[in-house]
Amino acid sequence: MMPRALWTHLVKDLRIELRTLDALVSMLFFSLLVVVLFSIAFDPRGVFSQQIAGGVLCVATMFASVSALNQAWAREIRHQVLDAQRMAPAPGAELFLAKVIANFLFVTVVQIILAPCFLIFYNLHIVGQAWLLALVLPLGTWALVGNGIFFAALSIRSRNRELLLSLILFPIFIPALLAMVQATTAILTGESDPTLWIKLLLGYDIIFTTVSLLLFDVVFHAE
Amino acid sequence: MKKLAIGLYAAVTVALMVWGYYQAIYVAPNDAMQGEIFRIIYYHVPSASVAFLFFAISLIGSIGYLGFRRNHAGWAQVSDAWALAGAEVGVVFCTVVLTTGPLWGRRAWGIWWTWDARLTTTLVLWLIYVSYLLLRRFAAGPQMQTLAAVLGIFGALDVPIVYMSNRWWRTQHPAPVFGGSEGSGMAASMVGPFLWNMLAWFAWGVMILGIRYAVERQQQKIAAREAQAALDEGSLI
Repeated sequence: MMPRALWTHLVKDLRIELRTLDALVSMLFFSLLVVVLFSIAFDPRGVFSQQIAGGVLCVATMFASVSALNQAWAREIRHQVLDAQRMAPAPGAELFLAKVIANFLFVTVVQIILAPCFLIFYNLHIVGQAWLLALVLPLGTWALVGNGIFFAALSIRSRNRELLLSLILFPIFIPALLAMVQATTAILTGESDPTLWIKLLLGYDIIFTTVSLLLFDVVFHAE
Repeated sequence: MKKLAIGLYAAVTVALMVWGYYQAIYVAPNDAMQGEIFRIIYYHVPSASVAFLFFAISLIGSIGYLGFRRNHAGWAQVSDAWALAGAEVGVVFCTVVLTTGPLWGRRAWGIWWTWDARLTTTLVLWLIYVSYLLLRRFAAGPQMQTLAAVLGIFGALDVPIVYMSNRWWRTQHPAPVFGGSEGSGMAASMVGPFLWNMLAWFAWGVMILGIRYAVERQQQKIAAREAQAALDEGSLI
């Protein structure tokens, strides 16, 4: 089914997270805060709330994910686990993919919990095809988490590690953010067709996941 | 001999710049619609071309570094120097583009900025390469060059995607009315000054790039010497 090393890494990350729930709790609370702050900054009322809800949701996901991504490699940095991982014969790409899947699951859980709060705070009623959201949000989250884990690995050994992650991730993430926001807004307001944006997200995911898998070993073993 | 050639090239470049300035400000006629203010095109468009070219050079340098670092360490260092020089000087020229553009836009179209495909892509390009330079500053140790090279490739990969996504964004929504894109239907009398300025700014850009490359190579050699000295010192103990 899944390559063994990938499965092992994935189960390990999930198990550690389930014991402490560090990432999940902090992400959940942070994204809730972001939603509230945006509501105060932009006063969503009536039609206006339908139009900005997509953007707020995506930006809230982005900021929340970064708080999780910042500590994604933290465990590997302590106790020289990273060196042990490097010496293991399993391909680095599987470690990378396992981390992406694990963090993707965490962010998706947060989004699922957050969605009802969102509907309530913004009094949303979904005009377009609601089931498409189940396609758009995971694609967008995968783009964010996939690139995020890769750049987090890039910035492991730098000072200002957490800040650098955001500085590198956000510019490159811009087209995916645009697609995610446009698609979500199109679905919520029903005013335009989200298909184009979904295709863009899919293309973006495929391209960047492939390149990340190919280049991860270069970064991992950079010495 | 080499110094003579470089000195001569610098002199020619300065002469070209002066000639280009004369052409742009005194020889080129006024634009039918925009009057005097359009003259900024002679700085804006060449700077953009130079910036894009230098970012491409940076990409090639990044790929070269990753390709050569195992087998040809010397070539890898050369590639990395090109990657850094290209990115840095490219960012400078891109900054010029992003500054001259709004100055022009404000006077020509009444708006400082708009989020159309070209402007947004240029801004994101600038952001990506600034983040590249930040990585080079903050990342420590010998792996910094590898990490920077990987980021350089990622960044370059993203640029066409940014452009396309913004094109789609803008075709779906009404775009602001422009007075005609720059360079469209340029009168014959303006082509001459334009080409002179292209040449002058390219020559200037290449000179700065060359200087930056040379400085980086010197710094690489100094770092290598220091590393070797530290190694020798250690081995004596």
